[in-house]
Amino acid sequence: MPEARAPAQFRNAGEVPGLRPAAYGFMAFLYLPIAILVLYSFNAGSLVMVWSGFSLDWYTKAFANADIQRAALNSLVVATVATALATVIATLAALVMTRGGPFRGRGASLVLISLPLMVPEIVTAVAMLIVFAGTGLSLGLGNVIIAHVTFCIPFAFMPIRARLEGMDTTLEQASADLYGTDWATFRYVTLPILMPGIVAGAMLSFVISIDDFIITMMVAGAGSTTLPVYIYSMIRQGVTPEVNAVSSLLLLASVLLVTLYWLVTRRREAADN
Amino acid sequence: MTVTPTAAALRRLIGLAPALFVIGLFMLVPVAVMALYSFLESNPFGGVVWRFSPEAYLQFLFERDLADNLVFNPGYLIIILRSLGLAILATILCLIVGFPVAYFIVRQPAQHRSIWIYLITIPFWTNQLVRTFAWIIVLGRNGTVEMPFRWLGLLGEDDTLGLMYTDFAIVIGLIYAFIPIMVLPIYASLEKLDFRLVEASSDLYSSTFETFRRVIIPLARPGIVAGSILVFIPCLGAFIQPDLLGGGKKLMLGSLVQFQFATARNWPFGAAVAMILLAFVILCLLWYAQAARRAGSHAGALAHA
Repeated sequence: MPEARAPAQFRNAGEVPGLRPAAYGFMAFLYLPIAILVLYSFNAGSLVMVWSGFSLDWYTKAFANADIQRAALNSLVVATVATALATVIATLAALVMTRGGPFRGRGASLVLISLPLMVPEIVTAVAMLIVFAGTGLSLGLGNVIIAHVTFCIPFAFMPIRARLEGMDTTLEQASADLYGTDWATFRYVTLPILMPGIVAGAMLSFVISIDDFIITMMVAGAGSTTLPVYIYSMIRQGVTPEVNAVSSLLLLASVLLVTLYWLVTRRREAADN
Repeated sequence: MTVTPTAAALRRLIGLAPALFVIGLFMLVPVAVMALYSFLESNPFGGVVWRFSPEAYLQFLFERDLADNLVFNPGYLIIILRSLGLAILATILCLIVGFPVAYFIVRQPAQHRSIWIYLITIPFWTNQLVRTFAWIIVLGRNGTVEMPFRWLGLLGEDDTLGLMYTDFAIVIGLIYAFIPIMVLPIYASLEKLDFRLVEASSDLYSSTFETFRRVIIPLARPGIVAGSILVFIPCLGAFIQPDLLGGGKKLMLGSLVQFQFATARNWPFGAAVAMILLAFVILCLLWYAQAARRAGSHAGALAHA
């Protein structure tokens, strides 16, 4: 992005006093509840709200809990498989959308692909439940994976399409001029340049899948519970600090992934400028 | 290119088919089936009886008394209205809080801006359930907010401020969950704003408030509208916040849908509630598309002028 801001002498116009404290206050609002949750996950006592010293006990307990282990494993399996499938599907679709030229049904296809972003999650959840229950489709974790692939596609699609649209096509043309076959051009020119977009799309879809709760809760049968669904049942059963520990770990995983995503895209922007 | 038109069409088909197949089969068809279910009779053992019935929609306004007469019952209408009310309230509060923050960030030097944006995005990508649960610890009995009151002896052992399980708690939860998607589009539109216009306005002796009202806000409108829609839609269909912070007693449309499917086992009625929710969302999106088109033609007119 070129610098679109006013020169320094104009900076004072539109300056509003008190905005800085407001912005810091906002950050406090955003982060304090999370910080409190993480802090209490190190609480020694078994009462969530009463601080009785530092300890890692709840983390030890959480790690030793077989149900949590199973749920975490399910989460990882679902997110990995769903991300792989959704990313491949989204990449193919994005290539058609950006390189396929104009064709009939292009607009409708785009609407269909972004449908999971627009329909409220709870509606998607019960609609899928109706169909899975109605057809008797019971693949265990398979049902959850199908649901996750479906709603991950648009999240993988967006950064990949953005990358393709921003891409300079002259390199692809040069490759074709040099008698590169379509496949060779794709394999050795398009794909490497597209890779940051694909990585970004995969990361978004992984985070979305790991965090999903409502849809998973509705379609998951017994035994295919994921971590967020398990956390929900822990909250419902009455809170023990173990929930805080598991929740903190889940938060940490997301923060790491998003930070990685941010660094990848930032380096990309820096490289492109 | 050596690709013939039919080969190109075949490629397009092969490329798009998986995406359209998956989303069509597992999303579009299910929503269509759900729409169909809303017009069927409910089976008391769960699922539906395949017989047409408008009963599910009648249930929004009426209930049947012992003599099978329809009697007006505002219960569900109230849930619809409170969902709309709470979602609108949360959206407005997000706007009031989010706009100054977005404005502040735009006025920062470039390298700071990207860090601020990163910090605002982070919570959005972390688990919504966990973030809502954190508010139970903050607002709950013996929670963070109540603690100082207890220490000062202003709150007895058995007393509570009663912050949890209220509309207040739900709205806080909604704002907390969705405010990042209010700030980001507003930030994007403010970033495109030419601050020389702001300077010109203050040169022409307009007060800061007038400049805000007549220059900044109109130019940031696309971001404001986009942010409001993006916040309003998930707020309206929220399940987690009314469930955890409203205690499942203060129902909203999203929690009502879940309740009908998971607990009450009245699938046609649940489907009908989901349809109502979907109808509101479609109305919002249509209104937004129209607003965007109008804004687009204005922008076009300005570019030609």
